[in-house]
Amino acid sequence: MVERRPFLNILTHLVLIAGVLIVAFPVYVAFIASTHEPSAFVRGVLPLTPGDNLLESYGQMLNAGWQVGGTPPVWLMLGNSLIMALTIAIGKISISILSAFAIVYFRFPFRMLAFWIIFITLMLPVEVRIIPTYAVVANLGMLNSYAGLTLPLIASATATFLFRQFFMTVPEELMEASRVDGAGPMKFFKDILLPVSITNIAALFVIMFIYGWVQYLWPLLVTTDEDFYTIVLGIKRLMASSDRVPAWNLIMATVTLAMLPPVLVVLFMQKLFVKGLTETEK
Amino acid sequence: MQTKRSTYQNRWLPFFLLAPQLAITLVFFIWPASQAVKSSFERTDAFGFKTTFVGLENYARILADPSYLNALGRTAIFAISVTVLSMGMALLLAVCVNRVLKSAKFYTTLLVWPYAVAPVVAGVLWWFLFNPTIGLLPHLLDWFGISWNHRVSGSQAMILITIAAAWKQISYNFLFFLAGLQSVPHSLIEAAAIDGATPFKRFWTIVLPLLSPTTFFLLIININYVMFDTFGVIDATTGGGPGQATMTLVYKVYTDGVAGLNIGSSSAQSVMLMGIVIILTFIQFRYVERRVNY
Repeated sequence: MVERRPFLNILTHLVLIAGVLIVAFPVYVAFIASTHEPSAFVRGVLPLTPGDNLLESYGQMLNAGWQVGGTPPVWLMLGNSLIMALTIAIGKISISILSAFAIVYFRFPFRMLAFWIIFITLMLPVEVRIIPTYAVVANLGMLNSYAGLTLPLIASATATFLFRQFFMTVPEELMEASRVDGAGPMKFFKDILLPVSITNIAALFVIMFIYGWVQYLWPLLVTTDEDFYTIVLGIKRLMASSDRVPAWNLIMATVTLAMLPPVLVVLFMQKLFVKGLTETEK
Repeated sequence: MQTKRSTYQNRWLPFFLLAPQLAITLVFFIWPASQAVKSSFERTDAFGFKTTFVGLENYARILADPSYLNALGRTAIFAISVTVLSMGMALLLAVCVNRVLKSAKFYTTLLVWPYAVAPVVAGVLWWFLFNPTIGLLPHLLDWFGISWNHRVSGSQAMILITIAAAWKQISYNFLFFLAGLQSVPHSLIEAAAIDGATPFKRFWTIVLPLLSPTTFFLLIININYVMFDTFGVIDATTGGGPGQATMTLVYKVYTDGVAGLNIGSSSAQSVMLMGIVIILTFIQFRYVERRVNY
């Protein structure tokens, strides 16, 4: 601080505490709701202190799902979300790092064209190509499959740019030295370039994992089979039934479980998360 | 565009390396987008048997359609409200975190996690708080004589999705503002303090102008977020209603195309959206280049 201003310091902390509370409040209420019995919601306004039905709510959703709400067990949906998020994260990173390697370390005809084709994906988010992409996936017979869930989301211009940017800062001497030692391009890639990129890969992985986990519109279109529901999609199904049977404890238990994995990833890998976020968006 | 000073000479290897990404891009991005452009110039009859070329008719029709123009206006209002709300909150919190030195990391941790919450979940959380029968906030509002029911009132439905969408975006804006604030040279602040400028004056005349690149960047990102990523928020809470009070452009593409099966109109709307994304992307890139030079 430049000068002492005790009053301003107190105010700062008050604003921050208020901010933290506002940010956390909806999640707190959802968690509290998940610990009550269904009957708690019939009596009008929602309780603000935990109930004693926590294990029952979570146990039922995890193991059995909820037939009235039309969802399979949450374990299954969490598994699907995990598969989807991991496939998207690993897939995006693998194909992007390979193409960035090609663009930076080789000179070949149509290099600019390849770069532009990749660049264009930035301008075509799923939302603007919903129906024709659905048609392509349907024609390839990939509805209700993990391939259909993930492949159309896997191309990433941002990851390619990030790796390109990073490769440009890798000292020329590394490549020249490896070449003098008789190593070919793939050996250089595997033994030198991958190890020096590991922090970037990890940071990008955190961001892409979250991106994959929170996907909604695409799973909504390509999955009709309960076995392929992701957890985010499952919540929507539960919501649709809430007008008939307001089992809020079950819905909010699912909501809490859906938030937990990506939020834990952010909290425990905060440094990588911040690095990934601030670097991918530049 | 640059390569390394010395490069490998293999003839086929670079094509193999590029093949996976190019294949996915062509099959799932470029081809579908070109199909959308193509069918935006066509009309398919009610049974899907015959497709005729109709030129710009689909575009003329949506541009003359009041429900499309309303969706356009509503999307603009939605985008401005979410952007102002979440950026304002984020800036306030970032300035505060930047002031507290010891507990900065602690507060940051408590503020960044909503980034990982899916838009659908953000929608459900706020929908639950605002639920007219058991929600907490309608009860509070009742004390002030406000009767809350976003299932009936269009403007209340809009407020609901605005709050939910802004809540999720605060963490993102916060991180970028904090990074921007931390790069403001300390010497400038000290010099101003010696000249007798109060903290508020220093903020307005020094910090805020230096933050303008960050602010502008976030503006573009936030508009992009509101236009596309809020689909989940809307679908989980209002479903575009009541009436069409929360029908945004993206939601309309979805309802017209997937539910209404009006492919021609939906495609024309998709192409218009692509135009908007292209404009936003170019503004962003032009500006990023300028910042690098600066």
